[in-house]
Amino acid sequence: MRDDRLRYAAGLVLLTALALGLLLWNVGAGSVDITLAEIAGSIREMSGIIWTIRLPRVAAAAILGGALSVSGFLLQTFFANPIAGPFVLGISSGAKLTVALVMVTFLSRGVVISSMSMVAGAFVGSMISMGFVLLMSRRVRNMSMLVVCGIMIGNICSAITDFVVTFADDSNIVNLHNWSLGSFSGTSWDDVGLMAWIVGIALLLSFLLSKPIGAYQMGEVYAQNMGVNIKRFRVELILLSSLLSATVTAFAGPISFVGIAVPHLVKGLFRTAKPIVIIPGCFLGGAAFCLFCDLIARTAFAPRDMSISSVTAVFGAPVVLYLMASRRGGRGGSA
Amino acid sequence: MSEIRLHTENLSVGYNKKTLIGGIELTLRQGQIMTLIGPNGAGKSTILKSLIRQLPLTGGAVYLDGKDMAALGERDVARRLSVLMTARLHPELMTCFDVAATGRYPYTGRLGVLSQEDRRKTMESLELVHAANLADRDFTRISDGQRQRVLLARALNQEPEVLVLDEPTSFLDIRHKLELLAILKDMVRSRDLAVVMSLHELDLAQKISDWVVCVQGDSIARQGPPEEIFTSQYITALYGAARGSYNALYGSLELEAVRGGPQVFVIGGGGAGIPVYRRFQRQGVPFAAGVLGENDLDYPVALALAAETVAEKPFRPIGEEAFRRAAALMERCRRVLCPLEEFGEMNEKNLQLRELARQAGKLEEGADLYAAI
Repeated sequence: MRDDRLRYAAGLVLLTALALGLLLWNVGAGSVDITLAEIAGSIREMSGIIWTIRLPRVAAAAILGGALSVSGFLLQTFFANPIAGPFVLGISSGAKLTVALVMVTFLSRGVVISSMSMVAGAFVGSMISMGFVLLMSRRVRNMSMLVVCGIMIGNICSAITDFVVTFADDSNIVNLHNWSLGSFSGTSWDDVGLMAWIVGIALLLSFLLSKPIGAYQMGEVYAQNMGVNIKRFRVELILLSSLLSATVTAFAGPISFVGIAVPHLVKGLFRTAKPIVIIPGCFLGGAAFCLFCDLIARTAFAPRDMSISSVTAVFGAPVVLYLMASRRGGRGGSA
Repeated sequence: MSEIRLHTENLSVGYNKKTLIGGIELTLRQGQIMTLIGPNGAGKSTILKSLIRQLPLTGGAVYLDGKDMAALGERDVARRLSVLMTARLHPELMTCFDVAATGRYPYTGRLGVLSQEDRRKTMESLELVHAANLADRDFTRISDGQRQRVLLARALNQEPEVLVLDEPTSFLDIRHKLELLAILKDMVRSRDLAVVMSLHELDLAQKISDWVVCVQGDSIARQGPPEEIFTSQYITALYGAARGSYNALYGSLELEAVRGGPQVFVIGGGGAGIPVYRRFQRQGVPFAAGVLGENDLDYPVALALAAETVAEKPFRPIGEEAFRRAAALMERCRRVLCPLEEFGEMNEKNLQLRELARQAGKLEEGADLYAAI
């Protein structure tokens, strides 16, 4: 028992160190090489490439990566399904659709969109997709079928998004197109502040739900008997996971596979699924994972940026494939 | 009389606001095991799920310690009532200790961190079900029997007054069935628990229950102590078992008798006849059995399986009348078997029957008796 706690502490320290290390590396590396002294100078003066471009981007990658992973973990618990996540369930795509709609309507009228309205739009889209997924989940009790439904919903949303984009003004298309591929670039300090607030609060609330989440991992029947108010808990879980993934989509577009791969890797690292450890673990792990992927996205073909999703897919999809293969016949869908 | 833990008033249960079973009146006292029996799909699980608030009631009320459960908070219920249901569990990366420890949920703080006391109680619960050695094992990698025991430990760890179990012995082999029920019985005695459960195994239900509730379709067909419920006739009727019968005294099932005029006469008694009856039943050969005292071991089985049975009143030597009937029946049979080897004052006439058969050249005897069949 004691050594368990030691292992959890050690794991969290390790993930924190990893995230911080990658954060520094990210700031230093890029199409313009920068020394430590220059970084310090830039931060002190709050100007220059480091302060205005790289640091906000790096902060966004860390915060949003963490948010996405925690969102994935919550959804996996909710659906008792190891391959559930905001992207495969079509929740990110729903957010993408509404954000695109918001962008096109606002931009065509020449109104500047606030980040807050982007988040709100994304949240509405997330909830709509989530609503469909929930409807489907009542009918299909099988975990692979649920994911197939999610992918369908995602595809429908993407198709409509493409449709919207096609009819958008030329000047908007570039903007929209870049965003809809997913990228951390172009984040401002104001954005970072807003996302830090939203994610911070959602994360704290999720952490405070650790106890019922742990009970829910035993299935609804047992959770209820242990004293969890199931109806309220389900609503809380849906709102939090949707808010987290909506925030990510609003700022960085849809990002694939992080939500499934990171929770799985983190559970493997800690050899437990206890939410009280896994929620902070997921946040740190997700931050590290996205920092790493963004580093590759920025530097692999510098000065060209790759979309973040293509990088996360390369590293995340194999984990998902492994997960699907290791579950014989897709059992444990609804139990 | 001991205290009432759980009772219902005009309870009706069902799905989607449609009542399946109505007018349910149950009273469960501490130290009592109440068992729901009845055919598949009769609604045993529906009743249990309604008792634990997993299904909304379609009418009436359930009272826990005299308080209406609908008005009790989650934690209040959790501290008084725990469950072991049939839902298959696949918890991720949980040891048996972790699973049992979830029973402490209603007693831990905001974040659910286990105290030293919680850990001690969890180990204690595991010891009670003889599963302390499994504490560090992965829950998904133990046998069904072990899993049920760990889940029972989880339920006990919740320190309930009432325990609700849905078919706890399904999927277990006989050793584990007996083990689980023995532990349950011990718990009821030592902790004054009140237990309500559903069981498929009638023989076990008959032996472990203090009170039996028969669920049949849309109602509680009957309830009472096991000695009132478990009569062969009633159980056979309850389950609508047309192609066989249930023997209440032995708690055993018998297949249906082979119909038709008897071809073989079996002289049995004292248990010697039973294997022979069963063999003829399997082979579809109609047979007659005789002469058996009505208190003979063979008698209930003969009654269930034989085309015709010649019997004598209990505790009496076989009389002239029974002998004549048996002899007449034997006359009509082509073969006679006599697995019986013990003869005394009571069944002297059976010895005469055997002699009669031998003289008629119909008797098949010797060590290859079973081979002869």
